[in-house]
Amino acid sequence: MSTVTLKNIRKTYTDTEVIKGIDLDIDDREFVVFVGPSGCGKSTLMRMIAGLEDITSGELLIDGQHMNNVPPDKRGLAMVFQTYALYPHMTVAENMAFSLRLAGVPKAQRYERAKEVGRVLQLEPLLDRKPGALSGGQRQRVAIGRALVRKPKVFLFDEPLSNLDAALRGQMRLELASLHESLQATMIYVTHDQIEAMTLADKIVVLQGGVIEQIGAPMELYNHPRNKFVAGFRGSPKMNFLPVAIAGVGASGITVKLPGGGTVVVPVRPANVQLGDRITLGVRPEHIRIDAENPTIMGEVLVIEHLGDATSLYVKVAGGDTMIVQAEGNRQVSVRDRIPMRIDGNLCHLFDANDITLPKAS
Amino acid sequence: MTSSVVTTAQDPPPPAAQTTSSPQKVPALALVAPSVIALLLWMIVPLAMAIWFAFQRYNLLLPDNRAFTGIANFTYILTDPALWVSIGITLVLVASVLVITIGLGTLLAVLFNQEFPGRGIARVLAISPFFVMPTVSALIWKNMLMHPVNGLLAQMTRGLGLGAVDWFADFPLISIIIIVSWEWLPFALLILLTAIQSLDTDQIEAARMDGAKPLALFRFVVLPHLSRAIAVVAMIETIFFLTIFAEIFVTTGGGPGLATTNLAYYIYLKALLEFDVGGASAGGLIAVVLANIVALFLVRSVAKNLDT
Ligand SMILES: Nc1ncnc2c1ncn2[C@@H]1O[C@H](COP(=O)(O)OP(=O)(O)OP(=O)(O)O)[C@@H](O)[C@H]1O
Ligand SMILES: [Mg+2]
Repeated sequence: MSTVTLKNIRKTYTDTEVIKGIDLDIDDREFVVFVGPSGCGKSTLMRMIAGLEDITSGELLIDGQHMNNVPPDKRGLAMVFQTYALYPHMTVAENMAFSLRLAGVPKAQRYERAKEVGRVLQLEPLLDRKPGALSGGQRQRVAIGRALVRKPKVFLFDEPLSNLDAALRGQMRLELASLHESLQATMIYVTHDQIEAMTLADKIVVLQGGVIEQIGAPMELYNHPRNKFVAGFRGSPKMNFLPVAIAGVGASGITVKLPGGGTVVVPVRPANVQLGDRITLGVRPEHIRIDAENPTIMGEVLVIEHLGDATSLYVKVAGGDTMIVQAEGNRQVSVRDRIPMRIDGNLCHLFDANDITLPKAS
Repeated sequence: MTSSVVTTAQDPPPPAAQTTSSPQKVPALALVAPSVIALLLWMIVPLAMAIWFAFQRYNLLLPDNRAFTGIANFTYILTDPALWVSIGITLVLVASVLVITIGLGTLLAVLFNQEFPGRGIARVLAISPFFVMPTVSALIWKNMLMHPVNGLLAQMTRGLGLGAVDWFADFPLISIIIIVSWEWLPFALLILLTAIQSLDTDQIEAARMDGAKPLALFRFVVLPHLSRAIAVVAMIETIFFLTIFAEIFVTTGGGPGLATTNLAYYIYLKALLEFDVGGASAGGLIAVVLANIVALFLVRSVAKNLDT
């Protein structure tokens, strides 16, 4: 059992508050990913859990035990740093076994344990090398190995893969997933990478400015963002936002008028909006189709990006907004074409004046 | 990924540029020659003169009585017990000041790396002795601090009813060691402090997560990180400590007896008090050999350190 509970956690540096009251429950064996824009406090929050930063106020419980003032090495956690933070003058084996050395474990036993972990991470032939003689991916593995050796209750990863190239990142991502599978450990993970967040997480925590915007499973955040920030943050390319006016409120949903005159019916309840209000419509690039028969909006192609399997079109619509449209890879379009597009109301989100998502009509 | 707005057409390679190779080629050797020659003259001429004088009988009191003597100067110097005493004193001096400056310098570097109020001023104060020239600092120590009557130390011990210590008479070598250490501690501190500041904080935090307490942190993370800087400090300091002169000249004058006569001072005694240029030159060559032996060991250990 290893659960982590945060109760109204706050962090203040001299006079600026960077973490403004976080409540979070992390279950046993859960893989939790923190995402959010740069500077929102992800690292700070993780470092508070690790014990590297003091907690200004609030309560941190690990396995139900109060941990606020317990030193980092007594919390049963292990952390993997973005910069790996290996000890450059120690060999791979010594790096991994350093915690055991400090704990007074005899040399033979330490080496045995390092070898065991090295085998899991395919580091066996490298055990006697210094970190300087390793590749980035191998160093990353050693950093993970150093965490594994301690058999921690909870693993903390702060952007562990961001220094690796794309191919290696993909491979390490799979290895992390299978490691989580085999260790059955609780893991907390910070990343900027959409794919890492979507594929690894059981639960994603979206942070902004030191507060939690939304907590949920990856698909839940994708399909039911609580507000405009979360909607714009998840997914790649980002969701398009268009200013719209409410043209009708009915049983089947809200009818909105798009820039250019077309209308879309979105099946949501008109919580606190009424006829004539100006609100925001959000639609993902992959949910817009090029459709000459019943177009809802026209646009002029500005830039075309061929990605192989898909084509991203940057399209200027009436009112001057630019939308991104995901079309099939072999679609024949050229710059400055005017294209008809169809927006399916069932796949749209509406955000009120406070950027809160209007609830779906059930 | 290609983008249609960007023109991706390959430009033809530009016409082969002729401008890079200049028409009149000046050989590189000719360009560096002036500085090489200047350096050679700078180094070779004094060395050659020292070698030449070392084989001459040449005393400034009897300048006409000058002749080639073979290795007589060397046999005379090498059989002079004072030479061996001075070599011993040189080594003791170098070793103890190295140990003191590096040991204290490391501790102070760790201390000055912590946050505390007034740290900036404390750093400046700690480093300032380095800017005092050796003659002046030796005078300050001699007349204001260690003087048996007027010195601050004497007044303090007398104030405690312990009587005064006549430093330069009773502990001459220790006094010199203290003075030179005081002068050179700032240098060690400065280098080691910058080295400590370049230590990755992530490494310290990783060690804390691994359970390292402050002492273990110092022993296993900070000290290994400093090893290169320590080696460099040791090398530079050794070069200077082998030729300490001003401090001895100003304070003890090599005495009492030979208690503080190091090799540099010994050569000075030979050359300028006995006016024996030949003997002094032979002593100088012996000093060169000694410096090279020490340097060989040092460079070896430093190179080994820089390897890892
Ligand atoms: N020692 C400090 N003193 C004052 N402010 C700090 C300190 N450390 C961090 N901050 C501030 O706290 C905020 C959160 O920082 P944090 O490192 O947690 O961001 P982050 O979400 O990890 O960003 P990134 O994605 O870029 O790593 C930032 O605005 C930062 O400026
Ligand atoms: Mg961060």
